[in-house]
Amino acid sequence: MKVATAALAERVRKDFPALRQTVHGKPLVYLDNAATTQKPQCVIDAIVGFYQRDCANVHRGVHLLSERATESFEEAREKAQRFLNAGDTREILFVRGATEGINLVANSFVKPRLSACDEVLITAMEHHSNIVPWQIVAGEKQARLRVAPMTSDGELMLEEFERMLGPRVRFVAVTHVSNALGTVNPVQRIVEMAHAKRIPVLIDGAQAAPHTLVDVQGLGCDFYVFSGHKTYGPTGIGVLYGKASHLEEMPPYQGGGDMIRSVTFEKTLYNTIPYKFEAGTPDIAGAIGLGAALDYLRGVGMENIAAHEAELLRYATGELSQVPGIRLIGTARHKAGVVSFTMDGIHPHDAATVLDHEGVAVRAGHHCAQPVMERFGVPATLRASFGMYNTAEEVDVLMRALGRVKEILG
Amino acid sequence: MSELKELYQQLILDHSRSPRNCRVIEDADAMAQGHNPLCGDEVTIYVKIDGDRVSDISFKGNGCAISTASASLLTEVMRGKTREQAEEIFRNFHDLVTGSTQEGAGPELGKLQVFSGVSEFPVRVKCATLVWHTLKAALSRLKETVSTE
Repeated sequence: MKVATAALAERVRKDFPALRQTVHGKPLVYLDNAATTQKPQCVIDAIVGFYQRDCANVHRGVHLLSERATESFEEAREKAQRFLNAGDTREILFVRGATEGINLVANSFVKPRLSACDEVLITAMEHHSNIVPWQIVAGEKQARLRVAPMTSDGELMLEEFERMLGPRVRFVAVTHVSNALGTVNPVQRIVEMAHAKRIPVLIDGAQAAPHTLVDVQGLGCDFYVFSGHKTYGPTGIGVLYGKASHLEEMPPYQGGGDMIRSVTFEKTLYNTIPYKFEAGTPDIAGAIGLGAALDYLRGVGMENIAAHEAELLRYATGELSQVPGIRLIGTARHKAGVVSFTMDGIHPHDAATVLDHEGVAVRAGHHCAQPVMERFGVPATLRASFGMYNTAEEVDVLMRALGRVKEILG
Repeated sequence: MSELKELYQQLILDHSRSPRNCRVIEDADAMAQGHNPLCGDEVTIYVKIDGDRVSDISFKGNGCAISTASASLLTEVMRGKTREQAEEIFRNFHDLVTGSTQEGAGPELGKLQVFSGVSEFPVRVKCATLVWHTLKAALSRLKETVSTE
């Protein structure tokens, strides 16, 4: 069965060299995009190009190579600014990934504002990386981490969330798209509700940035984070967007080179934002590779990607729903391209081993979201997550491979 | 596909569907909990000791077919064994599933040989060995208890 937007996958697949391989003698069907995405050739070329021609440190040398490296690095920052529709490049910090971005905000922005009995509010569908940093800073300040509940479909209970925005809440951190369930949260509403009570908001966009248009000015959020490697870019690089007014007043996260204006043993003057938060030599090649990935996404068009993945999600959900013994975990009305499910009497790890032998790469496990698994009463799920290059035919391969799982293990 | 058949042999599937000795021993002399945070497998081992021998052994837990079958077969094999024998079987079993078995070694593994296919699946080795590490922890705890008394 063909989907309307199949032409998109057809067009982009040739750009991804990793997709042209067989595993266990079968063509690779890569459905683990929520874990990480494959990289287009232009990203690989950008990284290789940096190391072959422009390799030098940034913001330091007066020599030509350093100039070129600095220029490419700062261009990548501009690309990230456009990608998020941020108002100013000074609001774009390069970090190792979404996780480091959240830790930076937890330590430099939230911790100084917390007192005993204050609260940080998150949701029941967060990834561990949007739980643990808050637990740590809350623990240090005898503050409390509170969790807004979700329905059995995996939707945030918005009224309950609003009710929990009490006078002790100092910060809200919420995922844009759930990695384990695929739920798209109404982040615009969430920001409005929190801001009505003057509570700043961080949005974890790790699972949203590769799939949908993000407009941080439109959302009005205070902070937004995403990871390069889930956005068709390299590992080890990510972006933290923060409102300039917040970043200006925040203390540095780490000390070192590049983040200072002048140092004596008595006193250090910090650099301006964003450099105040970029201590040490950054992942220059990573940032440049990410810049190439964001260019690529722009070329393909986020709306096209979103439409294509929505078709795949609809098709896969329909197919899986027809199989007796398969239970879908996460059936929110508004979802991104993630299908999480269990099979009666078959553990996800056993199923994933059989799928792997059919060439199908999926994730089996708790997806770093153990509280989500607990909420649904399952130790683990199978998760197929789609990227721009996946096709309806690949969903068909998945379905046949699930038949094979039943044959061997059922 | 033969590798898969080798991994999921009938005996393994049978033990994963109907695990033996899957119960709590209320007056166990030793128990230990094992957890594989990577995949969420959990197992608790209960042991009763008579002198130096395992007189009763059971487990509770949840996990994949490999880890459940491994726990089930472990309890069958370990009953009546001395602690020294238990350690030797563990060594041989570990060699078997990691593919480092010496020629002619491990005749006492008996039906545990059914796990030989695991060695072709390196990421599944931990599934097979979790309960064994847990048993080792339970027995060493027992030693500590004995030595302090």
